[in-house]
Amino acid sequence: MSPKLRKFLEFCRDFSSNKVALVAFFIFLLILFVAIFAPLVSPTDPYDLNTVSIMNSRLPPFTEDFSGNYFLLGTDGAGRDMVSAIFYGLRVSLGVGVLSGIFALIIGSFFGISAAFFGGRYESIIMRIVDIQLSFPSILVALIILAAFGKGVEKTIIALILVQWAYYARTARSSALVEINKEYVDAARCLAFGNTRIMFKHILPNCMAPLIVVGTLQTAHAISLEATLSFLGLGLPITEPSLGLLIGNGFEYMYSGDFWISIFPGVALLITVASINLVGDHLRDMFNPRLQ
Amino acid sequence: MLWFLLLKNSKMTAFICTRFAQSILVLFIMSLLVFGGVNLVGDPVEMLINPEADQAEVERVIRELGLDRPVTEQYWYFLVNAFKGDLGSSFIFGEPALKLIIQRMPATLELAFFSLFISLIIAIPLGIYAGYNPDSKASKVIMAGSILGFSMPTFWVGIIFIMIFAVQLGWLPSTGRGEIGTFMGINSSLFTLNGLSHVFLPALNLALFKISSVIRLTRAGTREIILQDYITFARSKGISEKRVVLIHVLKNILIPIVTVVGLEFGSLIAFSTVTETVFAWPGMGKLIIDSIYNLDRPVIVAYLMIIVTFFVFLNLIVDILYTFLDPRVRIKGDHQ
Repeated sequence: MSPKLRKFLEFCRDFSSNKVALVAFFIFLLILFVAIFAPLVSPTDPYDLNTVSIMNSRLPPFTEDFSGNYFLLGTDGAGRDMVSAIFYGLRVSLGVGVLSGIFALIIGSFFGISAAFFGGRYESIIMRIVDIQLSFPSILVALIILAAFGKGVEKTIIALILVQWAYYARTARSSALVEINKEYVDAARCLAFGNTRIMFKHILPNCMAPLIVVGTLQTAHAISLEATLSFLGLGLPITEPSLGLLIGNGFEYMYSGDFWISIFPGVALLITVASINLVGDHLRDMFNPRLQ
Repeated sequence: MLWFLLLKNSKMTAFICTRFAQSILVLFIMSLLVFGGVNLVGDPVEMLINPEADQAEVERVIRELGLDRPVTEQYWYFLVNAFKGDLGSSFIFGEPALKLIIQRMPATLELAFFSLFISLIIAIPLGIYAGYNPDSKASKVIMAGSILGFSMPTFWVGIIFIMIFAVQLGWLPSTGRGEIGTFMGINSSLFTLNGLSHVFLPALNLALFKISSVIRLTRAGTREIILQDYITFARSKGISEKRVVLIHVLKNILIPIVTVVGLEFGSLIAFSTVTETVFAWPGMGKLIIDSIYNLDRPVIVAYLMIIVTFFVFLNLIVDILYTFLDPRVRIKGDHQ
């Protein structure tokens, strides 16, 4: 057995020691599967105008229409099946959350590691910007961007990246500062490797563990923030119906007692965010040397 | 006393000056970003002018709003006027944007203060309990609840509150602010029963996130304090466990918690945007969301500038206070 495989198996055993986190992880995998294969697993295509009938609007859960379509979670104001709408919504929400997380991870770790590597004035300017940005609540940063530049898919993703990058930069810098003093970095310097190579081929892989922890927790946060912004009408446009938009659409029917239109997308959002948070919490405990 | 310290210590003065300069720089960049961004988006003329108006009428309104001048000139006027305390007039209401925001500020502050109060009242006892009996079933439930509280989207919980307490049970009103009472010269809806019934749901909703974080803070603090010598000493004196917890633990835990929560008061104001929209609470947050819908540029710009200024100076004050209060934060080379 190769050492890498053994290390991986050891990691799996450690991870499974917490049953709650393990269950959360499998739930997340299931959600991910549903999100990726939404068109295949959904009972109907909620945005195909040929199959959606306005006659079916606002049917309560567990009803069947005249042509024999069964609506497990009811339908929304336009007669769309809620199950399908939620599956497609998960796709948009997870897509935006994960995409912004990846970009923020790349940008944040670039600035964090280079700040630690070069030090001096460059480092203090970068870290000052990080500090200033972290002193604003995330929703305010997103609100400033979206209020000033308007809504849209790419603008929402940019806002979410800007909200998150500072967390990655701070984490990357603090772990890079520890790594830089280790012998393998000296060795790489002696071999006259370029700075870029040392930073990203040698230091970065050794900073990955804390970055992954921050990444999981931040992705959960980004998904929830996107839902909030879309609900407020500032995030995604109506053509990209994320879970937040679905909840917002249902909000107007609340007062007439049609609870399912906004409750079920919210449950889906809650399960997604909670499962990622539980996995992230457990990963943090695992990587925290003080708790070992 | 602070001024004395300041004069004695030139390093400190330099530190405060740099921070102050940075704050001004942040404000300036923000004003560029906000003004630039807002002016790139949408066309307020289309929204404001009667579609049947003729060309002359359209041009008159554009001139009146100053939209015919170059953007750089508009920005310069904006800066000059901002220093005079004039942030432009709302396109929709025709009133000064600053006045509109200040009118709505008490409603937001009232909501934020009340939700702070609720979160402390609920979270501190739960947190102490969870820290005092870390292995009990109830503590595990409390901690799981706090993770859930972190994960639950505020606006969705607000919708559920409305559904349960307003629509289904009909116990509490779900929209707007109630009657306003006056107490010691302060006007607030917290002083009437009707007002309290209106503020309760939104405040609880806004408090949820705070409750989760204060529970965690209190639990961690309690677990630390319980191991301290003075607690052992208090116990060895024969003081009842109840008194140990209520007096010794509570007193010592309150200081750091109140500090942290007080410093994070700004985040409550930022998050109130969401709660105000859900509960139609007539505060600043609802105003900004409505203004974004209506492309009411002066109000958007004014709100963002006011809130950014508020945060920048709040952070400046916190930074300065920290250096005075905590010697470890003090600048290097301070004590020769």
